[in-house]
Amino acid sequence: MTAPDAAGLRRRTRDLLAAHPPATTDRTDFLRARFDAGLAWVHYPAGLGGLDAPRSLQTVVDAELAAAGAPDNDPRRIGIGLGMAAPTVLGFGTDEQKQRFLRPLWVGEEVWCQLFSEPGAGSDLAALGTRAVRDGEDWVVDGQKVWTSSAHVARWAILIARTDPDVPKHRGISYFICDMTDPGVEVRPLRQITGEAEFNEVFLTGVRIPDSRRLGPVGEGWKVAQTTLMNERVSIGGSRIPREGGMIGPVSRTWRERPGLRTHDLHQRLLTLWVEAEVARLAGERLRQQLVAGQPGPEGSGMKLAFARLNQEISGLEVELLGDEGLLYSDWTMRRPDLVDFTGRDAGYRYLRSKGNSIEGGTSEVLLNIVAERVLGLPAEPRNDKDVAWKDLSR
Amino acid sequence: MTAQPEASQAPDLLYSEAEEDLRAAVRSLLADRADAPAVIARTESDTPYDPQLWKALATDIGAAGLLVPEKLGGQGASHREAAVVIEELGRSVAAAPYLTSSVVATETLLALGAQDGPAAELLTELATGRRVAVLAVPFAAAPGSAAPGSVAAAEAAAVSGSLEGALGPIADAAAADVLLVPTADGLYAVAADAAGVTLEPLVALDLTRPLAAVTLAGATGTLLADAGTARAAVERGLLAGAGLLASEQLGLAEWCLTETVRHTRERHQFNRPIGSFQSLKHRMAQLWLEIVSARAAARNAADALATGSPDTPLAVAVAQAYCSKVAVHAAEECVQLHGGIGMTWEHPAHLYLKRAKADATAYGTAGRHRETVAALMELPAP
Ligand SMILES: Cc1cc2nc3c(=O)[nH]c(=O)nc-3n(C[C@H](O)[C@H](O)[C@H](O)COP(=O)(O)OP(=O)(O)OC[C@H]3O[C@@H](n4cnc5c(N)ncnc54)[C@H](O)[C@@H]3O)c2cc1C
Repeated sequence: MTAPDAAGLRRRTRDLLAAHPPATTDRTDFLRARFDAGLAWVHYPAGLGGLDAPRSLQTVVDAELAAAGAPDNDPRRIGIGLGMAAPTVLGFGTDEQKQRFLRPLWVGEEVWCQLFSEPGAGSDLAALGTRAVRDGEDWVVDGQKVWTSSAHVARWAILIARTDPDVPKHRGISYFICDMTDPGVEVRPLRQITGEAEFNEVFLTGVRIPDSRRLGPVGEGWKVAQTTLMNERVSIGGSRIPREGGMIGPVSRTWRERPGLRTHDLHQRLLTLWVEAEVARLAGERLRQQLVAGQPGPEGSGMKLAFARLNQEISGLEVELLGDEGLLYSDWTMRRPDLVDFTGRDAGYRYLRSKGNSIEGGTSEVLLNIVAERVLGLPAEPRNDKDVAWKDLSR
Repeated sequence: MTAQPEASQAPDLLYSEAEEDLRAAVRSLLADRADAPAVIARTESDTPYDPQLWKALATDIGAAGLLVPEKLGGQGASHREAAVVIEELGRSVAAAPYLTSSVVATETLLALGAQDGPAAELLTELATGRRVAVLAVPFAAAPGSAAPGSVAAAEAAAVSGSLEGALGPIADAAAADVLLVPTADGLYAVAADAAGVTLEPLVALDLTRPLAAVTLAGATGTLLADAGTARAAVERGLLAGAGLLASEQLGLAEWCLTETVRHTRERHQFNRPIGSFQSLKHRMAQLWLEIVSARAAARNAADALATGSPDTPLAVAVAQAYCSKVAVHAAEECVQLHGGIGMTWEHPAHLYLKRAKADATAYGTAGRHRETVAALMELPAP
């Protein structure tokens, strides 16, 4: 079969809509039918939710579906599955694994989380110490993961663990799919700066993972993880946002509606940030146009840096602008939300939560290293951990 | 779901293949004729402009007529193409009256809407590059500031066809054959060598864009348009100048980053390339991020001007409020990360710093453009 063009995709989308009218079809049924029609992610292979079509043509499908009021798969709620687990399963999974995992992942029936970070291994992720020891057809996993977003709602996890402590740290890691309902998996909420628990600690005690749920060869988990991490950083910037669509929106509205709050200092800062937010929006739009034109640039890694800083500065300004109100906070009750919702809460929440934007998914410092070395080609710092067995590293 | 702009309304922020071809031609010309030693030598000579470079750029490549319609002898291209030429000129900091003549003066004349007569004739000549014109408005004037009673309009008063006034500093006036002089009763074209016109070169901060003071003492000019038409046309010329200046700032900043990366990879101190020190890497990575953003802002302004988008005043103000800062930051980092070499006269870093700092005032400062953003977006001062 040759890959369909824009017209072909439009026709297939209309066929899907005709066979499963959104108004009368159950949401999950519609999403399953969309997956089976190859219109979930058109650049994926046929049979796995796609049609081997150019990635850029997804916009054609999305536009048709949006116009028809079709339900979407709530990408924000299943972000880790869509952005990280799926490309990794596609790239390294066996046929059985792809068949088993991709459809419920995309439809949103199964939520995924990412068991990567550990108390002793964050930026230096390859230093991780969670052990996986072979026992017949299974691996037995022991260790502790931390800051695991959505672990409390996840059915599956991507997991990296050490399978050989006697070789340098990057080489002794393997990559698994962990069933979060298995015995030995314990998820404890980890309350955070905002008062709620969006992430968790995860304790793994004698968890048995069948070898059939390993992704990629034994000892090559770091290479597999690179795919995951690269996708994590690129997944931002894909959608088009309107002017004032980000955090600058609420602040600008407050400025317009409440003249009594205005001061000259805040005005200067607001205008500077307004311009920067507009420019970041345009840079995101340019990145999107490059992707659509099939010329992806390295700009993706930059956008996360830009948005992290902007979110933090704008939300900081917003708290000050609100004066007396900025001294208040909506609610410190410990909750375990399904997803992070920046706009639904108040300025204080936005201020505090946005501090995570420069830490989660790779800190801004680490991203700046990546830009400097991979984009600008600057030399790496001298290293003293590359040729030392993991077990001999200082911790 | 939020309403999304129609695909057709979204600005095209990429470069077309034709634009990339044009870029390659301009870049190779500048590499041949305006490398750093040549630019430095030129700044110290009595002839700040290289006539052969101008001829090759304006006539052979046809860059001078990009904005002029074909029926007036131009290329019938747009601000998007002109922006690419300007990006390359920014990368080389060569002295060429491109932005001032081929963009600002040309755009001002185009905005008069004349199909024949003196304005159309002058446009035809500007399009070939055989003549150079500059708008006799101070280089620091922002769009929106050329209203009656301010700058040039009131100072050069027309007394029975004879112009009186002192104007300055005017960018590239030294290269100009024709001065476009806005006055209270209209826009005049005055030959630069006409009786009663004195051009006095000024010592400029930016060595690569000469400035001059212009004195008109009973000079006669040709009236091109009445006051109302002239005002709108000058405004349009300044808007195009400010919008495309962002592309110059982009090209300039890119050169600074590229050179700084190259230098810090090669220069060794403490037994390592200095570019392997994280404190330096992060500064360069930060610049890269600013330049990626500046490119989006500059392309957006060029595209808005090219398509006549109603968004143009905002796109231009945003680009100027952002790109000025990026160019100055890149040039300042370039000097600092080159160490002692960066402070020398032989190394071209200083040319870029001087150009960047002067550009930050040209066609309005960032703060001035932020005020425009405030007005357009209804974010008023207290
Ligand atoms: C809200 C949130 C959600 C998260 N969700 C998940 C998740 O779902 N799954 C998961 O696996 N992890 C998750 N994380 C963890 C996250 O990936 C790590 O916190 C992050 O990678 C940083 O590691 P660390 O916390 O150990 O900090 P460290 O690595 O100890 O860093 C501390 C400081 O040192 C700096 N630093 C470290 N190394 C360098 C270096 N080489 N050069 C310069 N500076 C350096 C860092 O930038 C930082 O400022 C989440 C984190 C947050 C905040």
